Amino acid sequence: MYKPAAFVLLAVFMLSGPAIADITPERAERLEHMILQDCGSCHGLTRAGGLGKPLTRKALAGAAPEGLALIILDGVPGTAMPPWRPLLTEDEAMWIANYLLKEAK
Amino acid sequence: MKRPILALALILMTAPVCAADTTMATGDLGLVVERTTGSLLAVDRSEHAAIGRIEGLGDLSHASITYSPDERFAYVFGRDGGLTKVNMLSQAIVKRVLQAGNSIGGAISDDGKLIAVSNYEPGGVRVFDADTLEMVADIPLNAKTIGLVDLPRRRFAWATWDSGEAWMADFSGPEMVLTKLGDVGKNPYDAVLTDDGRTFLIGLFGEKGVTAIDLWADKPEPVRFLKDYGKDQEDLPVYKMPHLQGWAFTGDQFVLPAVGQHELLWVDRRSLTETARTKTHGQPVFIIAQPGSPYVWVNFATPLNDTVQVVDSRNHQVVKTLTPGEGVLHMEFAPRGAEVWISVRDADKVKVFDSFDYHLIAEIAAQSPSGIFFTSRAHRIGL
Repeated sequence: MYKPAAFVLLAVFMLSGPAIADITPERAERLEHMILQDCGSCHGLTRAGGLGKPLTRKALAGAAPEGLALIILDGVPGTAMPPWRPLLTEDEAMWIANYLLKEAK
Repeated sequence: MKRPILALALILMTAPVCAADTTMATGDLGLVVERTTGSLLAVDRSEHAAIGRIEGLGDLSHASITYSPDERFAYVFGRDGGLTKVNMLSQAIVKRVLQAGNSIGGAISDDGKLIAVSNYEPGGVRVFDADTLEMVADIPLNAKTIGLVDLPRRRFAWATWDSGEAWMADFSGPEMVLTKLGDVGKNPYDAVLTDDGRTFLIGLFGEKGVTAIDLWADKPEPVRFLKDYGKDQEDLPVYKMPHLQGWAFTGDQFVLPAVGQHELLWVDRRSLTETARTKTHGQPVFIIAQPGSPYVWVNFATPLNDTVQVVDSRNHQVVKTLTPGEGVLHMEFAPRGAEVWISVRDADKVKVFDSFDYHLIAEIAAQSPSGIFFTSRAHRIGL
């Protein structure tokens, strides 16, 4: 299974901004699992898209992480993208946004 | 499969062991989709055991499987557009084609000769020769296809997510005949054919309601029902799209998932009117009737996907709540309903339960298991 060590990712992201400082390695691993399995249900395990749009690095090129985090938190009305705010903190949404932008797929 | 001949040979010692009959049959076999690793686990239903693994099937998120009429071959539809033909006896890939960029499911014609695949990218349906996997028809339609089912006499029906239409393709004559069945509503998320082959039921995500098309009518037309369920309640987020493929037909009722509500909706088959609702643990994903019983089994969207509930269709009450573990993705019944196989993704297990007293019969190791497909599906209409 594709599973880079969460602490390495965390170390990388800690350089990119303070917003992820509160994410523990254990939580980071859960978030990574969530991206693969739950986001993957609609966006594909390779993030090439499905009912949801592609989330590959290429597809997201130029997107601001803050904008992606807002989409994750509040969803996209009129589409199947639900608001994840009930399940994620703002820091966690930022962590996911940064992950999608930086983890090659 | 039991091998009584081998046992007899060992007991009686009347013949050398090497003369034992090693012929296999496929009637109680199945495949479990291992979504993260792009592999399939071959399982033996009678032995409650894994008997092999087939690898190299690409992206198997949202994969589904149909079987040839002789239950020898499986056709696997992968997310990455892969259509793979697998030999159940040798447990090997016979042929694999990348027929599209992004696909979602498929169906086999009643004569076993045609394989239809529903695609997201490009949209539409492509139809292939079941022997060679050569394409025999391409129906673009410029929309994502959902709910593709086989109909009797070499026909297929489906709906389109983007444009909200239902279509039928008829391959019974020398030329394919394509018919639009009608406009069915905004963003259909899945569709299913009733067990009698009569009604094509299409669930809507973009607006409240379900559309039924009576395929026995001279001129089939969409009829909307359940148009205002939950209209007085605020919609809850839908963290996983429900599926209608579960054949949730019991007695004179359909049971359907409420979208954005943690409820089941019970509907009278003939009048298409709501008869009852059942509050459930979470957003229902699959609602599957336990064959030969009044019960349906329900699993739920994340983050409440560690639970399965059993509901009695006679009084619409939850009669049992099980917690097999995080990531319950699918349930498949033995054809006569005695046991249910449940994939528990995060436990890396398929768990087998007795359908009537709910005791755990067996656990089978599997890598992030999702869909479970027994070969007996070969003989069921509309899958």
